[in-house]
Amino acid sequence: MAEDKFEPRIVAFFCNWCTYLAADLAGVSRLKYAPNLCVIRVMCSGRVDPQFILDALAKGADGVLIGGCHPGDCHYQEGNYKALRRFRLLQRMLEDLGIERQRVRLEWISAAEGSRVRSVVNSMTEDLRALGPLRWNSRQASPAGAVEAQ
Amino acid sequence: MSEHKSDIRTGVYVCHCGTNIASVVDVREAARHAASLPGVEISREYKYLCSEPGQALIRQDILERGLNRIVVAACSPHLHEETFRTAAAAAQLNPFHVQMINIREHNSWVHEDKARASRKAEKLIRAAVRRVAHHKPLERVRVPINPAVLVVGGGIAGIHAALTVANAGRQVYLVEREPSIGGHMAMFDKTFPTLDCAACILTPKMSAVKAHPNIKLWTHSDVTDVQGYVGNYRVKVTRWPRMVREELCSGCLECVAACVFKEAKVPDEFNFGLSKRKPIYIPFPQAVPQVPLIDMENCIQFRTGKCKKACAQACGDRKAIDFQQGEEIKEVDVGTIIVATGSKTFDAERAAYYGYGTYPNVYTSLEIERLVNACGPTAGRVVLRNGETPKSVAIIHCVGSRDENTNRWCSRVCCMYSLKLAHLLKEHTGAEVFNFYIDMRTPGKGFEEFYQKLLNEGVHFVRGRVAEVTEWALDQSEEGKLVLRVEDTLLGLVRRIPVDMVVLSVGMEPHADASEVRRLFNITCSSEGFFLERHPKLAPVNTFTDGIFLAGSCQGPKDIPDTVAQAGAAAAEALALIGAGYMEQEPNAAYVVEDHCSGCGACSALCPYSAITLDAGARRSSIHPVLCKGCGTCVAACPSGAIRQNLFEDEQIFEEITGVLTHG
Repeated sequence: MAEDKFEPRIVAFFCNWCTYLAADLAGVSRLKYAPNLCVIRVMCSGRVDPQFILDALAKGADGVLIGGCHPGDCHYQEGNYKALRRFRLLQRMLEDLGIERQRVRLEWISAAEGSRVRSVVNSMTEDLRALGPLRWNSRQASPAGAVEAQ
Repeated sequence: MSEHKSDIRTGVYVCHCGTNIASVVDVREAARHAASLPGVEISREYKYLCSEPGQALIRQDILERGLNRIVVAACSPHLHEETFRTAAAAAQLNPFHVQMINIREHNSWVHEDKARASRKAEKLIRAAVRRVAHHKPLERVRVPINPAVLVVGGGIAGIHAALTVANAGRQVYLVEREPSIGGHMAMFDKTFPTLDCAACILTPKMSAVKAHPNIKLWTHSDVTDVQGYVGNYRVKVTRWPRMVREELCSGCLECVAACVFKEAKVPDEFNFGLSKRKPIYIPFPQAVPQVPLIDMENCIQFRTGKCKKACAQACGDRKAIDFQQGEEIKEVDVGTIIVATGSKTFDAERAAYYGYGTYPNVYTSLEIERLVNACGPTAGRVVLRNGETPKSVAIIHCVGSRDENTNRWCSRVCCMYSLKLAHLLKEHTGAEVFNFYIDMRTPGKGFEEFYQKLLNEGVHFVRGRVAEVTEWALDQSEEGKLVLRVEDTLLGLVRRIPVDMVVLSVGMEPHADASEVRRLFNITCSSEGFFLERHPKLAPVNTFTDGIFLAGSCQGPKDIPDTVAQAGAAAAEALALIGAGYMEQEPNAAYVVEDHCSGCGACSALCPYSAITLDAGARRSSIHPVLCKGCGTCVAACPSGAIRQNLFEDEQIFEEITGVLTHG
């Protein structure tokens, strides 16, 4: 489908207890935000394997957002700290691969912060729009990671 | 492992949710798109899938069409995942073959562009259809429920919850931070709208708590550690030293009389400094337990070590007074916890324009509660700081409520207690009483009638937010008075009203340490800082942590009837778990594929529940299925990919990623 305007595609991994609920709250509060992101629910941001992020980028995502509970507030005590550590390491690797920092974000959003879901999604969509498409799938030497159109 | 691809027969159900979804998402097109996806046997849209006919439709399709996977595109799984799992189970399909996706909260309610919202719904459906093909039949793990209950907080909420559970024959541990139970209600003289005496309804319940064989009461104590999970919590309670041994004390209070302080000199906390107490004291006459305590900051023995210890001499052979008493740690096992830690009132000094703390005759509503109280500091005589009876009183509503600068929420109780205080002040002093309100909020049984009664009693009502309270007199009539400047929005005038006494109707707000308490019990807060219920309508006393319930104003501002109702509900929820004897856990535990495990032990250190054990000899890790709470942190960390997580298997998530990114 030819698109006149570039609309970035964002894959989000939201933890079940804070950020997923914040997105539910945004819905209940009828806050409007860009429809560019699709949420995949995980129990904890600690579950987010760096492979998920790389896989999403490889399959055509322009950005990946990870949402977890604020430090100290993790439903599983410290899963979000583990997520943060992995995220920092992954960021270094992504930089080496030439992927801009703004494309992969980790945000702490508590269950009470519906409006923060809106602002984060909107600002990330704007950032990615300015950066343009990543097209990592077509840039790769091997097409193995690319998704065939169905 | 998973079935052959051709064996997958998926049913996709797209809910209209009335018009909630259908007005934004093209549900017909979404269902049509779903029908074209591999493995999809049938795809339908329906007005209300969660209704009985909606569920029946799914059950019927499972039975008649041999469906073995179900995708429901509707609201948040937090609301109805259980509903659709139960429906599947009723048709003999494993409930974990159901995948729910959220096209309401995460889609139709937050997006305006209908075409793009519809495409997003299709992406999510694609993801779910791909994912659900990898679902495995799972069984819930049952965990036993310890029948003992911990109640935290001894206000009216905690008291009522504790008594309800204890009366059902279960063991209760009631922990209160203050030296006596009773909470805020113990400070009140009368309660609205019936004007019955607070002490007459509360104090019998307080003594019933103390006397109940099933209640272990620990006052002057804090919960300092909580470990475990639903049904199996291990709690540490720290009992701070009173310097008076509770088990030896008879409550005769001879020690208080004998104290070398012949006159009470320490400001009394319970009366907000309106009276004085001795360093050894009992918080208020009806306190439960009837055991005094020593305030170490003011006691001569603790300050100098040279007191003649008249209190200990008066105690005599009982030897209840123990200057060496240290803190004591109690460890108990409980199955459920009721958090009833209450709230505090707004600090009136933050609203500096009303002069609290500057002008002595500006009081908070709680101070007035003590002044009108028959057993308060003045035995019920309402007097100004100079001992005179006020001839005119102003009551300012919404101090620290409905205010962008302080707290935005309505504290719900202030209109009614202001009316009550207006009535009591008029009754006690015959003064002219003014109420300054923004809106009069009297929704409750008998509340509006009470307001009408006050209107007929000759209390003045001025609709307007008071700008300031000052002592600056402009003319003779204002000399020596407190002057309120207020816009009377019904008259359309700015008025100056001189009075002798100002009462600030302070709102309710979370305790200063609510955040620490929240972390201790692993529960969540809403944006104002009150504890968050699991669902505002369907689970108002549950939290997001199983086995932990909320009661009273720690969850939000509440009056006594609502608090008691909620405490009863929390007790009933705890008793329901105890009655069942077990609780079924979500089967999302992680597990180790033994052949892939290299025994590196990287996972063990990550687990906050110590659920992982490494058999160093065999070089294999294993995960305890009940101790594992299913966060999946170890799954993401295993360098060999040997740890997997039920319901969140790697391939399920990879399929979702592929699904949302495939061009359709």
